[in-house]
Amino acid sequence: MRQRFGEVACAAAIAAFLAMPAAAQANKTVDAIKERGQVACGVSTGLSTGMSTLDDQGNWEGLEVDFCRALAAALLGDATKVSFVPLEFKVAFASLQSGAVDLLARTGTWTYSRDAELNLDWAGIYIYDGQGFMVAKDLGVASAKELDGATICVTGGSTTELTLADYFRTNGMSFTPIVGNGRDQNQQNLEAGRCDVYTNEIGGLASSRTAMANPDDWVLLPEVLSKEPTGPIVRQDDPRFRDIVYWTLAALVAAEEYDVTQANVREMATSSTNPEVKRILGTEGDFGPMLGLAKDWAVTVIEATGNYGEIFDRNLGEGSRVKLARGLNQLWSNGGLLYAPPFR
Amino acid sequence: MAPSQRQIRGWLYQASVVLLLALVAIVAARNLNDNLSTRGLSLGFDFLWQQAGFGIGFSVIPFVESDTYWRVFMVGVTNTLVAAGLGIILATMLGFVIGIARLSPNWAISRLALGYVELVRNLPLLLHVLIWYNLVVRTMPVPRGAISVGGIVFFTNRGLYLPAILLSDSGVVLTALFIAVLITAVWVYVGRVHQNRTGRQLPVAATSAAILVATPLLVALAVGATFQLEVPRLQGFNFVGGSAVAPELVALVAALAIYNASFIAELVRASIESVSRGQKDAASALGLRRGQMLRLVIIPQAFRVLIPPLSNQYLHLLKASSLATVIGYPDLVNVFTGTALNQTGRAVEIVLMTMAVYLTISAAIAIASGIFNHMTRIIER
Repeated sequence: MRQRFGEVACAAAIAAFLAMPAAAQANKTVDAIKERGQVACGVSTGLSTGMSTLDDQGNWEGLEVDFCRALAAALLGDATKVSFVPLEFKVAFASLQSGAVDLLARTGTWTYSRDAELNLDWAGIYIYDGQGFMVAKDLGVASAKELDGATICVTGGSTTELTLADYFRTNGMSFTPIVGNGRDQNQQNLEAGRCDVYTNEIGGLASSRTAMANPDDWVLLPEVLSKEPTGPIVRQDDPRFRDIVYWTLAALVAAEEYDVTQANVREMATSSTNPEVKRILGTEGDFGPMLGLAKDWAVTVIEATGNYGEIFDRNLGEGSRVKLARGLNQLWSNGGLLYAPPFR
Repeated sequence: MAPSQRQIRGWLYQASVVLLLALVAIVAARNLNDNLSTRGLSLGFDFLWQQAGFGIGFSVIPFVESDTYWRVFMVGVTNTLVAAGLGIILATMLGFVIGIARLSPNWAISRLALGYVELVRNLPLLLHVLIWYNLVVRTMPVPRGAISVGGIVFFTNRGLYLPAILLSDSGVVLTALFIAVLITAVWVYVGRVHQNRTGRQLPVAATSAAILVATPLLVALAVGATFQLEVPRLQGFNFVGGSAVAPELVALVAALAIYNASFIAELVRASIESVSRGQKDAASALGLRRGQMLRLVIIPQAFRVLIPPLSNQYLHLLKASSLATVIGYPDLVNVFTGTALNQTGRAVEIVLMTMAVYLTISAAIAIASGIFNHMTRIIER
């Protein structure tokens, strides 16, 4: 059933375009969320370890999932008020455009043409990634340059599909793509030997590796083919909503920078003497209401999910099975690219 | 003559239905327009001429990454046609064999056919597709350990590799073959007319075979054409050279054919049983063997009953071929409504084009079956 969900969602999206009368007003996404009392969050299909999965109690977990919760905490004051909509990549953008979800918190790379043509906005970047290759260790391949003639598993409709073709063309090599609908299908094909190589964002490959029967049989090649910045994606029709999504992310990053954690956020809100921390946590100034949020919105957010570092560590980093290095997803002050604009 | 009140009422009903449909269409079109414009989107087919920039794993017509989205569309359409076409041919052949076997006087054969029908048609098609795919991909060896048949045909989990025949001057030779086919067709017709008139058979089969083989061969010799067999060989990761059949296609066609054959078998059985028993008795009284009786008496009459439900089954098979997407066979839905849709964001245009394709092919099947039905109807004499 899950396999067909994407097609159904896509058909519903088209039907929505045809059948629903247009409702045009500003702030409609925020208003709709408040009226509904839930954030409809489009995530990966639930089989992406570290990004969005269901645990054995049927609870969602992962970095995408935690971002949705953080947003629900900011907007509605309650991190549980999220309805997770698992979407295959092929139908994700159409579902967002048609209004089936309020935002996409799933790996979708920010590119020029998507930004310009799809009428969508990337409200910040939560993972700086790059495209890589995973191969079986016993294939004895040490570099992507040795992959001429290989059969390669890739997700349909993704940027990785385009980058893959570009890479092989510029290097004068040939390949056969085997296009899957998502990570799980590609993993199965790779494991069954239908393809020699699986290409995806390196973070995704690292988590796929943990899902293989024997993770030690698989290696990631050293080449990084592209920049793959991914972040929360919203429609372009509600700038206020985009701001709220962006500043939720910024608050998570800033919280890590100022050592505000899930455990100490309440205490920091009262005891901190740092004016920036006080502004973020709503004990100084009137920042929340400027975006139509509660004064202590960031406290609710951090109490629910922890800061960015905690979210990363729990889902993708040392505290998880994936054990992905922070790399570029380190704070700017630690040599990474994460940087929150000032709260003032 | 003035129209009766009843006729007028009929026209009114019809007119109101047409009006209602037109109204729905107008509302849908306006909603589409409004919804798109509030989201700042617009309709347009210019994207079809943009470069696609992604690869397609298997295509019947040549495709490279720098081709346009229009080419992607054409690849999708031809791949769908190939899968559905092969599925239809194989399902029909298998369905006829099993349907006739169901009526066999041999107890074992008819029970076996019944078992096939009941087992196969009661499992969902999606399951068939997944089972066949996993069977093909998981049980076949990787290219390095390929099962080789005489060193020229290779079975691997990447597909079936066959030797390709490379022929110089292929245009001339193919033209000769085409002409030979035409001559044969005329000869078969002449033979039938002769038999109808005189009751004697001309040696149609033997001479036809001779014409079909000899003409292209002689022409090839005359122009000095050379045959060359290109055998696939292992190079790097995969086999190169020769021609390859993707395992996704094999699995999809196998699933479509086997699943639909069970329904076609039931249609064939029902239509044969619909021919009145007297026909069968009369045929046996004339001394026809079972095969002849089926071929000359029963099946031609059964056809009239068979064609409409059979064409329904074909329509189902065509549409079901879009299950290709779950195993990654690059059919229309997979490469165009999937990949191309996400790369361009042109959801409405692409879905409309996809609908138009399925509608066109379905209509073609329906029209062809209508014509065939017309040709095989009983002509009262």
